[in-house]
Amino acid sequence: MCGIVGLFLKDKALEPKLGAMLSEMLISLSDRGPDSAGIAIYGAPTGNEAKITIQSAKPERDFGGLDAEVAKAIGAPVSIAVKSTHAVIRTTPAKIDEAREAIQALRPDIRIMGAGDVVEIYKEVGLPEAVVDRFDVRSMTGTHGIGHTRMATESAVTTMGAHPFSTGADQCLVHNGSLSNHNNVRRELIRDGMKFETENDTEVAAAYLSSKIAHGKNLGEALEGTLSDLDGFFTFVVGTKNGFGVVRDPIACKPAVMAETDQYVAFGSEYRALTKLPGIDNARVWEPEPATVYFWEH
Amino acid sequence: MPATNVSKATHDQGHARVFDLADLSLRELNQALHQLTPGSNETAWEVLNPKGSHSVAVGVDQPVAIDVRGSVGYYCGGMNAGGAITVHGSAGPGVGENMMSGSITIKGDASQYAGATGRGGLLVIEGNASSRCGISMKGIDIVVHGNIGHMSAFMAQSGNLVVLGDAGDALGDSIYEARLFVRGKVESLGADCIAKEMRPEHIELLQGLLDRAGVTDVKPSEFKRYGSARTLYNFNIDNADAY
Repeated sequence: MCGIVGLFLKDKALEPKLGAMLSEMLISLSDRGPDSAGIAIYGAPTGNEAKITIQSAKPERDFGGLDAEVAKAIGAPVSIAVKSTHAVIRTTPAKIDEAREAIQALRPDIRIMGAGDVVEIYKEVGLPEAVVDRFDVRSMTGTHGIGHTRMATESAVTTMGAHPFSTGADQCLVHNGSLSNHNNVRRELIRDGMKFETENDTEVAAAYLSSKIAHGKNLGEALEGTLSDLDGFFTFVVGTKNGFGVVRDPIACKPAVMAETDQYVAFGSEYRALTKLPGIDNARVWEPEPATVYFWEH
Repeated sequence: MPATNVSKATHDQGHARVFDLADLSLRELNQALHQLTPGSNETAWEVLNPKGSHSVAVGVDQPVAIDVRGSVGYYCGGMNAGGAITVHGSAGPGVGENMMSGSITIKGDASQYAGATGRGGLLVIEGNASSRCGISMKGIDIVVHGNIGHMSAFMAQSGNLVVLGDAGDALGDSIYEARLFVRGKVESLGADCIAKEMRPEHIELLQGLLDRAGVTDVKPSEFKRYGSARTLYNFNIDNADAY
């Protein structure tokens, strides 16, 4: 099954509540997937910092002193904000790739959840409520975000097998469904220079979009490509630095409901996920059409 | 079911027994409906705050009227036998699945496989229905005021599907003896589904269906009829090499 949610705010007044709204949406779909949960939150851009979200099974060992060591390695100021098993490393945008390499060299056991100017990604094994509590997601501010609660089918129940998957700067994707040609597409993407962390089918979809975007396509064009190049069942919800998109495969057996008001665009696997949003009773609510790309950008 | 629980959060409002899902569980609602016996005086029910709940009013087997105030999730009214269920909102996947008799009216839209495997009764969707509407229908009558999605009436066996709007791809794929009436455009017909002549008996049948669904501003002559070409009924020996 799996449950997926997305929320793209149009009204700035709601931005302080993004984490709380998205958390409630995801918790309402807990019974669609008890294995693991994750949320990506896009914060407001500051213009002078970039972020890397990292994860460790031994945070006390791996995160201690990491900021100073990375700062020394890259010759730029670095800060670290630890949240349970995750931490967000901040530095200047020009040094982000160097920082990433330094983290991996200094602490080989650390996993990179995602990186970019604005995105932070938190995901762990467990129910959505436990995951949002652990990372204090409810207090997070942002412009848009996506979330996922997983019932595993294609790969193991691990932190790295949880969604969202991020394979490019400020890009991430959540998926309900399963892909059948992911091994072949993964091989093609590896030849194209993409790197993979897992055997998971959804990571292939994320990398597919990142690859298309890296080759100059916009989000809508990249999503359009999934319809011909990915085989299997999917409802995807994706986030980029300033955008939010949805696409369903042509068979469209994985459920999807959307709602739009002057304040937001929201996605849920089921209507249940949308019932606590402000003004939902007067929102335009619809089921996204099969094989049709929807996307919004700030 | 502990009757005291129900009595504190349900009350009679006018003639209807009001059941607020903000206070009571779905299981309490459905058990109360299942406890109804023939001749019960509780013939009118109102369900508040469904908020996308699954399985609202599933398995009703008495001729009671149930008004659901809001949108429901999966399988609303499934297996309905005699109930008259009205959803004043939209319905999630599988509304009226395997309905036996009675009626279900959705004031908004319905998600995929509305009326799937339905054996009888009337399902009216006043908005649009999504993909696989009437899949494997076995006697149910479905009237959709708006459009229906792809693969509708797949393997439909009997009953009638009436669509005032358009139909999506592969309508009636592998259909048996169900009758399909579409007023608008059909994106494509599925395997073994063909357009058929509207004879006087079909006009009469369709008028009856429109009357039962409360459709007054549309004439049967505006529809086209589709059904089975019956070429898949028997094995064609020329295809033996394919197996």
